[in-house]
Amino acid sequence: MTQSDQPAGAHGGARVYRFPKSRTAAAGASEAPGICVRGAHLAFDGVQLFDRLDLDLRGGEITCLLGPSGVGKTSLLRLIAGLAEAAGGRVGDDQGQPLQGRIAYMAQQDLLLPWLSARANLLLGPRLRGETVSGAMRARADDLLQRVGLAEAADARPGALSGGMRQRVALARTLMEDRPVVLMDEPFAGLDAITRYELQALAADLLSGRTVLLVTHDPLEALRLGHSIRVLAGRPARLDDSVAAPPGAPPRPADQVADRQGALLDRLAAAKRAQREAGDA
Amino acid sequence: MPEAVRRVLRPFAILAGLLAIWQAVQWASQAPAYILPGPLAVGEALLSRWPQLANHAWVTFTEILLGLGLGLLLGTVSALAIASFRPIRRWLLPVLVVSQAIPVFALAPILVVWLGYGMASKVVMATLIIYFPVTSAFFDGLRRTEPGWLDLARTMGGKRARILWHLRVPAALPALGSGLRVATAVAPIGAVVGEWVGSSAGLGYLMLHANARMQVDLMFAALFVLAVFAVGLYFTVDRLVSRAVPWQAEER
Ligand SMILES: Nc1ncnc2c1ncn2[C@@H]1O[C@H](COP(=O)(O)OP(=O)(O)O)[C@@H](O)[C@H]1O
Ligand SMILES: [Mg+2]
Repeated sequence: MTQSDQPAGAHGGARVYRFPKSRTAAAGASEAPGICVRGAHLAFDGVQLFDRLDLDLRGGEITCLLGPSGVGKTSLLRLIAGLAEAAGGRVGDDQGQPLQGRIAYMAQQDLLLPWLSARANLLLGPRLRGETVSGAMRARADDLLQRVGLAEAADARPGALSGGMRQRVALARTLMEDRPVVLMDEPFAGLDAITRYELQALAADLLSGRTVLLVTHDPLEALRLGHSIRVLAGRPARLDDSVAAPPGAPPRPADQVADRQGALLDRLAAAKRAQREAGDA
Repeated sequence: MPEAVRRVLRPFAILAGLLAIWQAVQWASQAPAYILPGPLAVGEALLSRWPQLANHAWVTFTEILLGLGLGLLLGTVSALAIASFRPIRRWLLPVLVVSQAIPVFALAPILVVWLGYGMASKVVMATLIIYFPVTSAFFDGLRRTEPGWLDLARTMGGKRARILWHLRVPAALPALGSGLRVATAVAPIGAVVGEWVGSSAGLGYLMLHANARMQVDLMFAALFVLAVFAVGLYFTVDRLVSRAVPWQAEER
């Protein structure tokens, strides 16, 4: 739990923030489990998007999932998150245990509540669970906001923040939940290239040690952040890992991953072509 | 600063303009005073009959405000109940939908028979008129919570009652606010119609009374007092609603 054990820096003096261990054994990044999905299936109007799909995520690592839009990435993510309406399949950790209560979910929209301040948005989880919001929790929220560079915006409502700032608040809220598994659906898609680049480094830093599934359409993002890279393509969709993640720990500098970007782009373009042809057939 | 001053002065300028047009129409048409009294004649009636007008206005305003308060209270409670308990939704929602089709004004004579000539029948009338827009707007808002927020709440392990209170209710406040705005605009109609049907006090009663005696200037004066109150009430509620949901303005 490296990040909770550090002092709060600027404003906290020698205080040490520890996340209260209210959620028994599995909480925290140190026990990040692997994830197994078996026999995932999804069909709409008789069209099979995927069928008998298996996916394994290594514990404590970031897995990036790419693929043409409409292939079923979001559906797969929601299946793991326990939010699936139409998709089915068995989902558990590598011990076969359910993941319930161990997942933090970050959707493509920031999903900030517009009537709450940034800080109160971070405290939404405890509030909805009926936990009493303690001073320590508030301090942890402020600490996380400081880490994402928004210490000054703690009292601002989302309406007063830019897109990049809102996405950072959403990231901080995801981390506030302090779950060992983090599922992110194109979290930085709407942002400009520079902001995205900065946020990627921040996210890799803050997410380290957790089991992360990151859906993205940005090859550079996948190559910078992923310990492993999967492409979902075809109909019914299959997973492939023909493009290996570059060596070195994320976040990798952009110039170190440039040589693989071409290969990944080619792979994605082929997937998109296949998707179009399948659609025409 | 000049913009702020202009904003304050604008309503008065509009009012002065309307009065001028009214006076001009009166002069041009040469209508007799018992058909269309000029603003000066109405002003005179307003001053000379002020104690009487004030007494009746007080009755009507009380009816409107009580109706607004009761209608808002009952409406929000009903909407919450319908939104949170499925059995209630099954039984109450069809009743609500059907009852919305009944013209409430048609109930006025019955209410007077049941509750008498006093204030009660008018308060109930105003309450009924306010109840429906408030209930349906708030319920609609509660039903249309952004699905992404509910998904998020689910992954967070949120409790049902807490999700209702911390998420669905605040998310529905803008909808409740617009329902309340509509309700405020129609509330005075409820009270006045109730008074027309049968009463011994109130601006509606005074207008009928003056009408029967061809005191058109007094009728206009009563109408003027009612209009000023209704407009003032509307803007007050509008202000309060905007203040209660400040994020709505920020989002745009
Ligand atoms: N509720 C739904 N009804 C019908 N089709 C849906 C529904 N949800 C998703 N789909 C279809 O499923 C496919 C996969 O969607 P999604 O998982 O969002 O793909 P991705 O995230 O890869 O873009 C899309 O083609 C979409 O049209
Ligand atoms: Mg998607």
